[in-house]
Order: sequence, then structure tokens, then C-alpha cells
Amino acid sequence: MTMHSGRGFAAINYPIGMNLGGDPSQALVHSNPDGKFTVALSSIDLGQGMKSVTRQIAAETLGIPVADVYVDTADSDTGPHCMGSFASRGTHRVGNAVIEAATEARGVMLEAAAEELEVNPEDLVTDGKGNIHVRGAPSRSITTAEACGVAQFQQGKTVSGRGIFLIPLSDVDPDTGEMTPVSCFAHAALVVDLEVDDMTGEVTVLKMNSAYEVGRALNPRLVEQQLIGGAWMGVSHALYETTEPYYPDRSHGPQDFGSYIMPGPGEVVPHDIAILERPAPDGPFGGKGPGEMCANPVLPAVANAVFNAVGVRITDLPITPEKILRGIKANGGAQPQGIV
Amino acid sequence: MIEFRKDIFADERDDNLNEIGKPTRRQDILGHVTGRSPFYDDHQFEGLLHLKCLRSPHHHARIRSIDTKPAEQMPGVHRIIQGSDVKVNLNTLLSLMNFGEDDEPVLSDKKVSYVGEPILAVVAETERQAFDAIAKIRVDYEVLPHVLDPEEALQPNAPLVNETMPGNAFPYHEKYNHQKLRFGDVEAAFAQADHIVEDRYQMSPIEQAPIEMCGAIAAPETNDRFVCYTSTQALFFSLGTAAKVLDVPSNRLHFIGGTVGGGFGGKVDSLHEPLAILGCMLTGRAVRYAFDRQEEMQVGAPRGAERWYIKDAVMNDGRITARKFTGYFDVGAYTRLSSYAIIKAAGHLPGPYTIPNVYADIYCVYTNRTPATAMRGFGITGVDFAIESHMDQIAHKLGMNPIELRLINSYMDGDMKAHRREAKNTALVECMQVAAEKSGWNIAPDFKAMSSHNGGEGWRSEIPHTVTDTNGQIGNGVPASTVRPATTSIPAYVPSQNPSYAAPPAQPARPVSPPTPQSNVQATPTAPPQASAPASSSTPKRPRVSRFSSISGTRRR
Repeated sequence: MTMHSGRGFAAINYPIGMNLGGDPSQALVHSNPDGKFTVALSSIDLGQGMKSVTRQIAAETLGIPVADVYVDTADSDTGPHCMGSFASRGTHRVGNAVIEAATEARGVMLEAAAEELEVNPEDLVTDGKGNIHVRGAPSRSITTAEACGVAQFQQGKTVSGRGIFLIPLSDVDPDTGEMTPVSCFAHAALVVDLEVDDMTGEVTVLKMNSAYEVGRALNPRLVEQQLIGGAWMGVSHALYETTEPYYPDRSHGPQDFGSYIMPGPGEVVPHDIAILERPAPDGPFGGKGPGEMCANPVLPAVANAVFNAVGVRITDLPITPEKILRGIKANGGAQPQGIV
Repeated sequence: MIEFRKDIFADERDDNLNEIGKPTRRQDILGHVTGRSPFYDDHQFEGLLHLKCLRSPHHHARIRSIDTKPAEQMPGVHRIIQGSDVKVNLNTLLSLMNFGEDDEPVLSDKKVSYVGEPILAVVAETERQAFDAIAKIRVDYEVLPHVLDPEEALQPNAPLVNETMPGNAFPYHEKYNHQKLRFGDVEAAFAQADHIVEDRYQMSPIEQAPIEMCGAIAAPETNDRFVCYTSTQALFFSLGTAAKVLDVPSNRLHFIGGTVGGGFGGKVDSLHEPLAILGCMLTGRAVRYAFDRQEEMQVGAPRGAERWYIKDAVMNDGRITARKFTGYFDVGAYTRLSSYAIIKAAGHLPGPYTIPNVYADIYCVYTNRTPATAMRGFGITGVDFAIESHMDQIAHKLGMNPIELRLINSYMDGDMKAHRREAKNTALVECMQVAAEKSGWNIAPDFKAMSSHNGGEGWRSEIPHTVTDTNGQIGNGVPASTVRPATTSIPAYVPSQNPSYAAPPAQPARPVSPPTPQSNVQATPTAPPQASAPASSSTPKRPRVSRFSSISGTRRR
């Protein structure tokens, strides 16, 4: 039995949003009289942080602390239409709708403040801490709570906004495939280090180093969670998972987690991540969407590392010990390619 | 360990924002960690009934008759729901965006096309009682030949899986039995290549495996409405689907969700909401319909199996001058969202590289298996596995550093992509440089100095003279099934009555690259011929082609 070290690389890009457009999402934003805002959506928080990231986007746009915003989703009676949380569209599409809605609401809030301060709304700025003041004259100020209160109780204004984001549907040319598939791409490159046991065919992934370009990390902690979880899923796809182990034959399909194999806590791979941020021109504050793409580079990087370790090229996923051993046998033994 | 490389692209960002870029705690985290967040299944009702489905034990069978009488007498049974109870018992998900043909029954009581397909539903006081009643239902099946391999399914004699889809292939743009991508002339580049590198890649079917399984609870609401608590990933998708198949105005349905225990794409299909609401309409009681784990894994739609053939023309210096794909998406018995994902895949090719000649034929193929649906990376993950494995095979063949090979071919700002749009806002080069640096994988100084800003020079920004063809044409009285798929060395389909796969078969000899049918090839000057001359920089942009039908290829009729 010999353990062979292998190193593999992969690089990818990923299209953000339903790729041909035609997928609108809406947002409604309103304030109560003490300047606390609600964002009403019908988007879904699957654990990816939909509520949290739209809350930050709304707070940033309104110019108020994040604690002054709550996101309410999803109730079809109160939340406006949204296509849903899939296709990496949540942050990009819904985030933009929230910006539009929050911008309109902010405009009313500043108009109300301007009337109180007897200045032009264009001369007002927010400090992000709950205050509105005249640009260059911080002492001439009013709180966002006071502005929302006078708007509603004295000026008869609703501090609210509507937003929608839609990329119009693209045509596709049947003969050439010409189309306008997406407006922005996220990017990643990843290096996997692993070991292959040439007696059992077992693969142990030791380490990952990666760089992910996400447009803008709107919440760096949520980005980190996505990337760690996504890399775990990538390892799982590469080495373990399938509902049809003898595809295209349908037999021996797993029925539960006893037979549907996934990495356990002991197989979570140490992962050093670098985040790059090249803002997308049409992304909310430049944000793209790291959630879907982050598993993708792991699958080929693992396959490439297995080849590097023992000289066996597996082209059918998952890369099971059985396939590796059959490959080693067919080659007349392990053929380490040498670490680069 | 995570680091933020704020030094890269720093001049394209304003980093002085108040809330954006802060590691703010999740709005809903307290509820989650204290077990208080309301997921759909936390909404319990007095007298809640449970719905379970009778499912097909066969890959493919006609249903001669169903005898439900013994089940009706079973304890706790309130209602047996048949296909005839569903007002519009044929649907396709993307019909809500006005795309695709209705091709899937809610309850399939005439013919079943995959193991696990729902035939009818039993509503009972407990799940156990529902299962006990289902066990008493007698179904007379006429077992039909089935097909499980997508390339076999495209053979002329293959069993017809889905009556809506002749030839077992989705009709793209009412014109071809596959999605085409054509850019340049791959055959000319193959003829001049130093090396041809080709292989076949197979993505496995994969379960989304959310911790919270798919389900819905429907209950009567005041004023003749119905409330539905659901685990859906797409609230209005599910609401619209329920309104359509039940033929009720959408405002009589009140959907509540938004807090979901993972989805990964597996909660878009809207299978549960319509049946739970229908059960509620027929019994007047609250009804819960939820997958158990076994159903989630074998009946719930997985990530589909994809098979990709790649053939590349490669020069000794590492330049890839042509890349040709043939892809087969095994979508199972019904379309769900796969027709769309294939167009997404077509727009993604040839991966993040600038290659002057690109060709793809991608087939959306019906087989007698559980329908596939969305999963994290839908349309992209499988082909990325193929492309990036292939890049390493090329590097190995040339004896090159695999990162340097990728940098040579990397796409950059200003490059023309194969779908004929300019690449913008790219960052592949920088990601590769940083990953190499972090892992201590050495690349030469020239490659460390590259930048995504420097693309778009010469031929890289131009649309080449393109060869097109009419292979796989449908319509005009030519059934799609008579059009040979892009493979020739697969034997004629023989239904295997009792395949034995107890031990996995040895790797069969396989066609490494499906040959292209040579018929109907025509050179169409889609761009001025001088576009292929490297010096030409004034190539006019190709005018938009005439409007075609839709994203998923056919307009609903």
C-alpha cells in the first residue's frame, strides 16, 4: 500500500441570473412613523441569506442603520411578485429591485426632511447612523425617525417605494446560438491537494486553495459560508454522490443517508480562500452571486488531482475507489505524474 | 481561512460604504439556532390529513385499469384523488413564462413513464393509513419497452417516452431536435491542428439533499380561499402552477413560505402544493403532502445526468483553435426546467476561454427515469467538469503547466464570446494568478503579469466567418425520430428486459467523439468573410437575427 500525493487545478466562470432574462423580481419598502422600515418581498431564504443581504442593501440605500430595517418574506398576500430563489438570481435581481424601492422611499424621506430644514432635498445627505444633514453643515440636521414622523403626521406623505428589476428576454438564434445570455459572470480558480491509496482506491482530500471573484462581497461572512459549504458539496459530488450508482441502469438507488454517501465532518477539507471583487456594472453595489458557482471548480480539480496522483483519468463521476482501482489495474500499476 | 484581496480591482470599487461589506449577523439567525423559525411543517392544524401517492413500479407501462374499491374501505381514508380530479392534468413549469409545451400530468393514470411516477393520491388521517390503503389498490399494467440511456433514446426505434416529445428530443425553436451553437469553422481548424484531443465525460445524477424535505400544507381559509404553507424555492412559481392545474383564480390562493431548510434547486418543481390544495378542496380539511427521504431521493427530481463529448484542435504552443461539443442531457420522462438549462449551457460554451472556432449540439433527451430538474449550477456544473478535465488532458499531452495553458487561452475584457457578445467585467486571469500564488504553484513571470483588461485585440474581438447547417431539422413532415443523432457507433436499440448490473460492467468501448453528420452543411456568411483576417478591426457587428420563438425553444400554442 502506497499513498500517492496529487495536485489538481481548475478555473471556471459562472453566469448570474436566469440566463436569458425575462425573470422579474419586485420589492416594496415602507416606513412606519418612527423611521423603522420594512422590506416586503416574496423571495425565499433557503439559508443562503436572502433576508440578510436584502436588509443590508435596503439600509445602505436608505442611508440608515441595518437595525432600522427588517425584511418580510414570503407571503403572497403582502409580498410583490418574484420569480424565486434559483439560478443565482436572488442577490442580483432582488437586490436591484430593493435598491430601486429603497431609493424611492429615501427620496420621500429626504423631501420631508428638506421641508423641515427649509433646504433643497438635493443638498441633504445621510450619515448611515440615523441622521440627515445638510451637505457640509452637519449641525443642520434631523433624524431619519423625525423625518419619517413629520412626513406621515404633518405632511401626509407615505415614505415608501416600489422596485422591480427585469432584464428583458433575449432571443436565441436557432442556427448559431447567438443570444444575450447574461449580464455578468462570477469567476473562480481552485487548487486541490489530495492523496490516493493505491491499495484501496480511497481518496483523501487534504487541502484546497482558491480564489473566488464575486463582484462585491455584500456580506463577507455570508460569502465565506457559501464558499465553504459549496466546496464541501464539490468534494461530495466529485467523490461520493449519486442517486444512480450504475447509471444508466436504475438499480441500487440509495434510499437514505445510510446508502447515499456524503463526506462527514471528518472529511471537511481545510480551505484557504481569497476573495476578489470586481463589481458588476449592473449588480447591486456590484454584487454577483457566489452561491451556485462555488462547487463547480472542485469536481474537475479533484479529477485532475487524482490523475496527477496515480495516472488514472476518471471521466465518469463520481470518482469511486472502485473506478480508481480498475484504472490502476488497467495501467499496470499507479503512475504518479509528479507534483508540479 | 479567508482573505479579501482588496488590492485587486481596487480602482473599480468604492469601499467606503456603511452597511455593504459588513459581516452583519443574519436577520433570522436567532430563530434558527433556537428552533423557533417557522418552516412550513411547523404549521399544524387540527384534523390535519395526510396525502400519499400510489407510484409506478415500472419504468414504462400503460395502465389498463385501476381498482380503488378495496382502498376506499380502509380505515382513515377520506378521499382517493384520481387524474380526472385534476382540472388541467397536463403542465410544464415554464408555461408560467409562456414557454414550452405542457408535457407532464399531475397524476398519470393512463400511462407511467418512470419508476415512482404518481398515479393517484390517497388522503387519510395518518401517513400510515394512506400507505396501507395504497397497498390495497389494484392496477393492471401493460408493461412497455423502456429506454434509459439518452443516446439509445435518440435511436429511431427507441420507445417513445413522452407523447408530447416525438423522437424523445425537445424541439428547439420549432426547428431542430437540439440546441446549436456555431462560431467559426471547427472542421477547418481540426484539419490544421497540431493535435486533436477528445474524450467523453459523464456527470452522475445527484440528489439535492436538503435537510428539510419538499412539502406543503394546505388549509381552508376564510372567504373561500385556501392558505398553503410551502417549502418552495419560488413562491409565485408554485402559486401559479397550482392556480393553473386546479383552474382557480390565483387570488383564491394564499401562499406562505420564505423560510426554507435548504433547496439547492430541488424545490422549484411545485409538485406538492397543487395536490395538497386539491386534497383540501375535496375534503374540506387541512391536508399535508410531503416527501419522505426515500421519495426525496428516488422520486424527487435530481440533478440530471449529462454526457459530454469534447473534441479540441490544439497547437504545440498551447493555443486551442477549435472546440466541438456534443452534449446529451438525460432529462428523464418530463421536461421540468431542463430545456432552459440547455440554452444556459449553450451560452456558457466553450467555458471561460477565447477559442476562435466553437461548435456545439446539445440534446434535451427523454428517458424512462425520474425527471431531472434544477440543482446548484444547473446547466453548468456538468460541462465545467468536462471542460476543466479536458484542459488538463491537453496540458498533459503537450507537457505544459496546466495553469499556464489556461492563461494562454483565458477570456479577457473585449473578447468575442461564442454566443456573439463581448466579454466584459472578466476576472478569470486574476483568479488563476491568486490561486497559483496561494498554493505555491509556480507560473512564469509573463503569466503573472497578465491582466483581464488586455483582451479584445485583433481576431479576439471579431465574429468569424461561420459554417452553419440544418442537421436535426424537424417539422416539414420530417419526424425528429428519423433524424439520426450525432452518434453512429451505438448499436440499434434493443429493449433490455432484464439487465443485470449487479456488478458494474467493465468500461465498454465507447465512441470517443460522435462524428458529425456531413449532410446539409452549408457555409453561411453570418459575418463578412474578412472578419477572419487578423488585421481587420472594423468588422461591423452582425445585425440581430430575426426573432425566434422563446428561451426554451417553442412557444406555447
